Amino acid sequence: MSVADSMAARTSDLSGEVTMSPAARPRRHASTRFLRSELRLIFGRRRNQAGMAVLAAVPVIIAIAVKVSAPSRPGRGPDFFGSITSNGLFVALASLTLEMGLFLPLAVGVIAGDSVAGEANIGTLRYLLTVPVHRTRLLAVKFAAITIFSMVATLWVSLVGAVAGLALFGGGPMTLLSGTQISMGQAVLRVLMATVYLGLCFASLGAIGLFISTLTEQPIGATIAVVIINVLSFILDSIPQLSWLHEWLPTHWWMSFGDVLRDPIAWDGMTRGLLTAAGYALVFWLAAWARFSSKDVTS
Amino acid sequence: MSPEPGDAAVGDFAVGDFAVATQGLTKRFHQQVAVNAVDLLVPRGAVYGFLGPNGSGKTTTIRMLLGLIRPTSGRHRLLGKAMPGHAGDVLPLVGSLVEGPAFHPYLSGRANLARLDSVDRHADPRTTKVRVDGALDRVGLLAAADKRYRAYSLGMRQRLAIAGALLAPRELLVLDEPTNGLDPQGTREVRHLIGSLADDGATVLVSSHLLSEVEQVCTHVGVMHVGRLLTQGPIEEVRAVSEPRARVESERPEGAARVLRELGLTDVTFESGWAVGTLGQVAAEKVVAALVHEGVPVTGFAVERPSLEDLFVSLTGEGFNVSG
Repeated sequence: MSVADSMAARTSDLSGEVTMSPAARPRRHASTRFLRSELRLIFGRRRNQAGMAVLAAVPVIIAIAVKVSAPSRPGRGPDFFGSITSNGLFVALASLTLEMGLFLPLAVGVIAGDSVAGEANIGTLRYLLTVPVHRTRLLAVKFAAITIFSMVATLWVSLVGAVAGLALFGGGPMTLLSGTQISMGQAVLRVLMATVYLGLCFASLGAIGLFISTLTEQPIGATIAVVIINVLSFILDSIPQLSWLHEWLPTHWWMSFGDVLRDPIAWDGMTRGLLTAAGYALVFWLAAWARFSSKDVTS
Repeated sequence: MSPEPGDAAVGDFAVGDFAVATQGLTKRFHQQVAVNAVDLLVPRGAVYGFLGPNGSGKTTTIRMLLGLIRPTSGRHRLLGKAMPGHAGDVLPLVGSLVEGPAFHPYLSGRANLARLDSVDRHADPRTTKVRVDGALDRVGLLAAADKRYRAYSLGMRQRLAIAGALLAPRELLVLDEPTNGLDPQGTREVRHLIGSLADDGATVLVSSHLLSEVEQVCTHVGVMHVGRLLTQGPIEEVRAVSEPRARVESERPEGAARVLRELGLTDVTFESGWAVGTLGQVAAEKVVAALVHEGVPVTGFAVERPSLEDLFVSLTGEGFNVSG
């Protein structure tokens, strides 16, 4: 009889459950430590700080460019640009319009692409899972961090735009697109609403990124995929023959953030936009879960 | 503790006497069988040397044990509880080092351990600093704690990974190749550390492709070869499978060989300068006496206990090289 056989024979006589001592039984705490650790990793990383600096450069450039150039004739350039000289807060809205196409989605794509694939790439994923971190909890915390980053990045662009604009052009009552005037406090509130709306929209793109991030061990690949989806969505949205598709595209309702400047505020577009964002977030978070919860982690 | 669902199904093979118990654990990647019906049994309190060449399936087995990958078939228990169903209860008591260190390069060693601790829902945040520093101290890394991980040498990285496994009190430590990248001094320290962990009552499963490195600290061994567990058990039982041999150094090796054969030694061979034979039931001291009596000049005599490496060769007919 081999050694292995004799050991197996010894076990087969034994039955029943041996309990762990109560002292050794681990107690579980509800805590935000994991999320705070994620946020420290995101905002403490120099690459991401450099990215935030790039995001902030756009409103500064816009403000300075408008300031040094001759007063532009109304009707030229993107929305909000013509109004900047009348109220500095429009710099925030103009910056959001310009960064919506690439910079902000790219920033969210970098963080989302990193979320799972980045940990897999450097191998820390296996050590998180053996701590243990439940896979569902990992995806929930990662998505919460992506959403918070998306909010912070969008608010950051608005804030820098508002500060630069107010410094160079001053504030005061704001003349809306419809010609009505609102107070400075009202104006700040409306810019904030537009910012939060867009932050949530970008977060839903982040959910797509989270899903892609579970498919690969290359974070940069996931980031590129997010940018491609974003650009593709804008392209499809501009082809009139595909009008039946437009309202389902992830980016279609983003421009509705400008509706905060109507009087009264037109909620239809933003409501559809929030529902679309929530739909994309839910579907892709669940897809990430379906993919990741049973995945072999060999990285 | 309340009875657990699934016990009836698994109760026939393993109980809490074993820190690790697997039954028919198998992993198939596409066409290749990486781990083939492995029945691993690690008694509580043992230091179990999980041996095998690179590519023999050790790491895949360890990944299955920890729930990182799903077995194609088979089942297993850690600390008496079925995995992966009870991973949330069991893994906090298991410290692990899997396939080398992995940390965030731009964080310091200390910040990396704090990060690991912060995701652990069982860890008390009030004691994090004490436990992190304690773990760093135990692996001799306290002086380099605030250096970025990127600047660590391979040996320091390996030490940090071991420190990560020691952040909380553990009942089981699964250490995959813990001496990789360490210098001889570091290797000795890790052996010493394993010994002291075992003295504290922990069970240690340590894998290695260097037999001689772990041979000295293990109470039990299991030997893997191309995905199969060839043998396992207490180290003296495993060693007893192959018998000790007598080696005689002499300027008349053919004479020495004749004496050995006459005494009843088997597998006797000789070359210039020495003769060797399997002792069997023959007492070693009788051999020396007979050699002297026959007038064979003896310049050296040794009884060779077969090393695990010799055992491995005898089990597989192959050397301890990379498995295909």
